[in-house]
Amino acid sequence: MAIVTYRDALNQALREEMQRDADVFLMGEEVGVYQGAYKVSRGLLDEFGPMRVVDTPITELGFAGVGVGAAMAGLRPVIEFMTWNFALLAIDQLVNSAAKMRYMSGGQVGVPAVFRGPGGSALQLASQHSQAFESYYAHIPGLKVVMPATPADAKGLLKSAIRDDDPIVFIEGEMLYNTKGEVPEGEHVVPLGLADVKRSGGDVTIVCHSKTVSLALKAADELAGEGIEAEVVDLRTVRPLDSETILSSVARTHRCVVAEEGWPFAGIGAQVVDTVQREVFDELDAPVFRVTGADVPMPYNKHLERAAKVDAGKIVAAVNQVLYRERDE
Amino acid sequence: MATTAPARSRPRGGLDPARADVYRDWLRQMLLIRRFEEKAGEAYSLGKIGGFCHLYIGQEAVAVGSLAALGPDDYITCSYREHGHALARGITAQTVMAELFGKAAGSSKGKGGSMHLFDASLGFLGGHGIVGGHIPLATGMAFAAKYRGTEQVAVCYFGEAAVNNGAFHEALNMAALWKLPVIYLCENNRYGMGTALERASAIYDISERASSYDMANEVVDGQDVLIMYAAMERAVQRARGDKVPTLLEVRTYRFMGHSMSDPIHGHYRTKEEVEDQRKRDPISVWSQRLIAEGLTDEAAVKALDKAIIGEVNDAYQFADEAGDPEIEELFKDVYADS
Repeated sequence: MAIVTYRDALNQALREEMQRDADVFLMGEEVGVYQGAYKVSRGLLDEFGPMRVVDTPITELGFAGVGVGAAMAGLRPVIEFMTWNFALLAIDQLVNSAAKMRYMSGGQVGVPAVFRGPGGSALQLASQHSQAFESYYAHIPGLKVVMPATPADAKGLLKSAIRDDDPIVFIEGEMLYNTKGEVPEGEHVVPLGLADVKRSGGDVTIVCHSKTVSLALKAADELAGEGIEAEVVDLRTVRPLDSETILSSVARTHRCVVAEEGWPFAGIGAQVVDTVQREVFDELDAPVFRVTGADVPMPYNKHLERAAKVDAGKIVAAVNQVLYRERDE
Repeated sequence: MATTAPARSRPRGGLDPARADVYRDWLRQMLLIRRFEEKAGEAYSLGKIGGFCHLYIGQEAVAVGSLAALGPDDYITCSYREHGHALARGITAQTVMAELFGKAAGSSKGKGGSMHLFDASLGFLGGHGIVGGHIPLATGMAFAAKYRGTEQVAVCYFGEAAVNNGAFHEALNMAALWKLPVIYLCENNRYGMGTALERASAIYDISERASSYDMANEVVDGQDVLIMYAAMERAVQRARGDKVPTLLEVRTYRFMGHSMSDPIHGHYRTKEEVEDQRKRDPISVWSQRLIAEGLTDEAAVKALDKAIIGEVNDAYQFADEAGDPEIEELFKDVYADS
């Protein structure tokens, strides 16, 4: 299998789906002539032309709504937000238009659109450019929220998202674009709504998604050196949540840690904890612990930023807590 | 207080007798909307209709005249004051009334209500409840028409209060930039809820907003159905033929309150103003014109009105007797497979 970056895996998915279906087009800021702010759309303008790779003014609310309208008319738009930070300007179109159209039309009008772009914490970009918003969208019935952690999943999930008949919030890891991994060539489709066990282990379950998957794997490596085998469950799709995979893992390990980049209050982890305590309460040997970003706007200063962000060490510490384990320092 | 300014242009000469059936049908449609809305107001007072209910009384010529200029494949989106547009587009009075009553036989199976009427088979893609939020949607439908190379146009109806909103400007800029076949039809009924136009907008002539985007625009007298039709026909020609957008500022007046909870006059407008505006009732304007030109007579108008009242009463009875959606419907239509 070819070794491909996360960015190029997304590019492959876009190209293949645009080749497969003439109704698929890409719209957003700098997607065409500039080749994408993060180069995800590199080469697509040359191949598909300006009607299918559409550069927009900086007008998130406007072009998100254009995407919803085009989808209502039967096209399959892929709307790129330069980052999900800027998409807050468009949230009315995602929440009030895209998510609700099928329901309030009594099933007549769907919105088969993908809204995609980078999210999560970045590097020293300070408060407005370094945020995780998946819990905002996962809250909304009618939306699906997809967050790939690896190049292979990035490709396979984006292909599924484009083919899906519902509006998809597809949040890419801003710090993952350069990461590399094996990616199957050609038709590689990962179904939405299925978590993936990225590492098996019997002592503790670490539930994670997007960038925290690599952090959890790093933590698991560290723990393995101390004789603790962690199972790393990558949600891949935050909504719909694959409860079955989470619960069957926790039922085996009896301990659970949930990691996410977002803030603690009403985060994705809170939803996972709710599910776990309700469904497998009797299997738990310890309370479920959460690892989140600090409950503050992201600071610019390097040391403060490090303190605010999730890292492998914080995941290891949480695992030690649920194992009631004193760690040798 | 400023009143509705006269329109720039009025067609001269008599009506075309060959189109007498069309003209009479416009009267029928306007009367249907008027009687329907009166009945909806009555049903609301009886608690048969819940939530918000925004009546279209006074603005009938706008929906009827403009929709008459569209083709069957064109796209239509509206704000939440859209009962009239739905009826003029051809959704039956029974289906619209059933939706207002929240019944399974309604246009959205009772899940949308007064503000969210849809009929995809008629290209009627919604009443929308967030002021200005649907303006980009119509722009996207026009984008889809251009993308596919069809002859379709998209029309977006909204009130004058929406033009101070970012969605309006963002959408108009893209439509002009990309030369999209879309018509932005601003129904300037003078008040955004209780705020008069001049208390909310830095400029009085909304049509001038189009100049920011080098977009064709017209001011239209929305109380005269023929003037409305003629202006819309020009806009449709620009969209379908020249592939460019238009902003129509249509001057009209809402004879009722903003919603059922708002009295007809009170804090923000006087009784005298409303009475003065009622002198240009679009239905009287048009019926008098047809009578004057010998295309109908008083007796025929009365008979037509009587038949429409019967149709509306039937719609009321149909809606009243129709069943609620099954409880299983609660979780259906959230996703494509639900």
